[in-house]
Amino acid sequence: MTTYLLRGAAPLGGAPTDLLLADGRIAATGADAASGADARTVTVDAEGLVALPGLVDLHTHLREPGREDAETVASGTRAAAAGGFTAVHAMANTSPVADTAGVVEQVWRLGRDAGWVDVLPVGAVSVGLAGTQLAELGAMAHSAARVRVFSDDGHCVHDPVLMRRALEYVKAFDGVIAQHAQEPRLTQGAQMHEGVVSAEVGLAGWPAVAEEAIIARDVLLAEHVGSRLHVCHLSTAGSVEIVRWAKARGIDVTAEVTPHHLLLTDGLARTYDPLYKVNPPLRTAEDVEALRAALADGTIDVVATDHAPHTREDKDCEWAAAAFGMTGLETALPVVATTMVETGRMTWAEVARVLSATPARIGRIDSGPLAQGRPLAVGEPANVTLVDPAARWTVDPRGLLSASTNTPFGGQELASRVVATFLRGRATVLEGAPVEPEAVTR
Amino acid sequence: MRHLLSASDLDRDAAVAILDTAAQMAATQSREIKKLPTLRGRTVVNLFFEDSTRTRISFEAAAKRLSADVINFAAKGSSVSKGESLKDTALTLQAMGADAVVVRHHASGAPHRLAHAGWVDAAVVNAGDGTHQHPTQALLDAFTLRRHLVRTADEPEGVGRDLTGTHVAIVGDVLHSRVARSNVALLTTLGARVTLVAPPTLVPVGVEAWPCAVSYHLDEVIADQQPDAIMMLRVQRERMGGSGEQAAGSARHGATGFFPSPLEYTRTFGLDARRLRMLPEHAIVLHPGPMNRGLEISADAADSDRAVIVEQVANGVAVRMAVLYLLLAGERETWG
Amino acid sequence: MSSGPAVPTPGPAVPAGDDHEGTEVLGPAEVNRSLTRIAHEILERSKGADDLLLLGIPTRGLPLARRLAQRIAEVEPGADAERLVGSLDVTMYRDDLHRHPTRSIGATELPPGRSVDDRVVVLVDDVLFSGRTVRAALDALNDLGRPRSVQLAVLVDRGHRELPIRADYVGKNLPTSLAEQVRVRLAETDGVDSVRITGGAR
Repeated sequence: MTTYLLRGAAPLGGAPTDLLLADGRIAATGADAASGADARTVTVDAEGLVALPGLVDLHTHLREPGREDAETVASGTRAAAAGGFTAVHAMANTSPVADTAGVVEQVWRLGRDAGWVDVLPVGAVSVGLAGTQLAELGAMAHSAARVRVFSDDGHCVHDPVLMRRALEYVKAFDGVIAQHAQEPRLTQGAQMHEGVVSAEVGLAGWPAVAEEAIIARDVLLAEHVGSRLHVCHLSTAGSVEIVRWAKARGIDVTAEVTPHHLLLTDGLARTYDPLYKVNPPLRTAEDVEALRAALADGTIDVVATDHAPHTREDKDCEWAAAAFGMTGLETALPVVATTMVETGRMTWAEVARVLSATPARIGRIDSGPLAQGRPLAVGEPANVTLVDPAARWTVDPRGLLSASTNTPFGGQELASRVVATFLRGRATVLEGAPVEPEAVTR
Repeated sequence: MRHLLSASDLDRDAAVAILDTAAQMAATQSREIKKLPTLRGRTVVNLFFEDSTRTRISFEAAAKRLSADVINFAAKGSSVSKGESLKDTALTLQAMGADAVVVRHHASGAPHRLAHAGWVDAAVVNAGDGTHQHPTQALLDAFTLRRHLVRTADEPEGVGRDLTGTHVAIVGDVLHSRVARSNVALLTTLGARVTLVAPPTLVPVGVEAWPCAVSYHLDEVIADQQPDAIMMLRVQRERMGGSGEQAAGSARHGATGFFPSPLEYTRTFGLDARRLRMLPEHAIVLHPGPMNRGLEISADAADSDRAVIVEQVANGVAVRMAVLYLLLAGERETWG
Repeated sequence: MSSGPAVPTPGPAVPAGDDHEGTEVLGPAEVNRSLTRIAHEILERSKGADDLLLLGIPTRGLPLARRLAQRIAEVEPGADAERLVGSLDVTMYRDDLHRHPTRSIGATELPPGRSVDDRVVVLVDDVLFSGRTVRAALDALNDLGRPRSVQLAVLVDRGHRELPIRADYVGKNLPTSLAEQVRVRLAETDGVDSVRITGGAR
């Protein structure tokens, strides 16, 4: 197997050093790295590049099985690698729904065969995402896919009794319920954030309280039953306050924010372009500011993409008829760099925390031979992402690798770019371009 | 002007110019020969995704009186039934050589998509989209208000003037009303003062950014503020709770009404003979139609000599003639 | 509107320019004299003012029609200038709408209680050039009713007809080249009476 010597990379943006990746591990750093190189070693000039642990996404929609016209496990994980990821959690709202051991194992195998990143299937909380009956959570947990994150994402586990049971049940295998917080009755027919802009453009409003009310209920439930709760794609200033309160109270809750909620606002609905239609909806500038502050101060634990590819026909229409969702795997790190690093609110070490270490810990994939989100230290699995922090690039939707083009960032200039990604010592991306796994391993 | 999508796109001078053009159009409509050769050879497509016979025939009459060819295209297709997509319909119209597309759609923003998605070259006129805008309705309302409230000895039609100094109360379901949104934008652009009157459930969150006042009390607004005109909005049956919902045979399980009953609505927000008497003598009564007699407006009010509801219909044709003229008569602007 | 320029607002049709550009061919006195002569010719030809209706074509045909009506009323006993004059907007009948930015529409107004039926209608305009405006005026007139006869009075005839149309009353024949422009200004619309030729190689 090829070994790689990364010359002059700056781990977490610190002092430049050399990293030797061999046998799937970080074999050596500093002066030892160069001396450990041999004839098989490929040297990567990483001068000026930041080295991060491979990124981990807690929230990706890979669409397979069922909507292979929008994305497949292969195309989505290739895009993920290009975005610097070495592991992604694949959401359960496929067709059929990932609510049995059979489906989660299928997705897991598709991921393994594709070879771009580790694919960790998320199991549905309820059968068919219908919100009435618990899915076989234990069977999924004990399957080959080793599911630890359960979510009805796309739907809220609205029934408080079902939510309580789910929170309790997953304690047996240290699982976590990732809640899509959306009170369904308050959001019937809702199209966008309810506020000044919705009043103006005449699109049905999606009140912040519909998200906040569920989060408030769920943190209290988690406290009551002593369980672990993860809040998906938190989007409002009010949600931040509730999570902050819950954490101060000692409740075991973690929260994620998407890159798009860190950058975009509801004003984009004025274009009526369904590229900006997403669930939860884009909120106000005040919400964006609260989310950035909460990510910086640790109230929000992780950034997760909610990568939601859709076919063109699902977006090439009037707003109300369009599907909710945006792609995000290939723009996540640059958006975080643009909104948090460039603004001086976060260091690269903190970026590694919110995009790698913490999501791996929440997903319980931070130990064992396939561990993700580990420090860049000798002996650790060689999951490494090299980022050019000085790069500036303009997003061209057609230039992205996802099978779908519904990025909201087209035409936007972003800071920093992924140059190389290594999954356990194997390069999946080099010089910004994907390296087909076949060519390397077979 | 390239498209007419929203009343908020018009500045004061543009709006006055449309009203002035409409006044000339209206003058031609009192003649024996009403047809003008102005738009000969131009094709206007009425693309209606939502039934509205009134609006369609008004646009049809306007286009025909300017000698344009009119194609009526009643398209069925919604996000639910997944009929032909808006895009494919647009491409069809483009292939047929439409110069203007008058579009009525149940989805807010559909005309905006049609105008800006690059599917058609035609001028797009919004004939009502979802709960967003209905700019020609606002223009015809402004035209009607101007004729009645700002005429002078010199200029009985109020030509050249805006609505400065007038106060208009708009009463009813503001939340779901494209007529209210369009009128708030246009009437205030023209210098009028607007007060919205509605039960709190039918006022949109975010209304505080609108350039108007909001009241929950119709009697107070009429008695204390003496508006020069009162515009009653249609109340849709499906907005009602309780008996109204049952009467409409609603199948929407668990849908919660926006007000307790039709009776309570009428009592609190309906325009009846008593409230009509409280209005100043010169005040006029408008309604975009079709009316729910006995709900938002009583027969006494609808049929009184203060009501200009029938005149609104006639003015609608003149205003739409003006809009089609301004969109289609001049040289085609180059774009791309 | 959402894209493209705003709706054109009504205003003077002729772009502003240097008031002393080009060559003045008629001054206030000449304009005055021409109109007086035309007024007399009209009266003579139509044998009185009883059935007469002067319809000015906006913008500058209208004040000319008013001045002619005034002069006729001055010499013709019983004639009321107000009842002699109206305006006839031809914008919506033009055949060249697609070639220009959108024009604002002028008013068509007849004296109160009068129609064009069975009248002797004199169309009044400032300049006769291609004849297309007059053709549009004839069409517009046709939609208003059926005059007994239609005549044409212009302040200036500059030639270059594109249609078989001629004027019955002409203030001044001005041979011009197509490269030249004739600018008519009137006291009512422009503050001063003047006809100038600009452009071309003169």
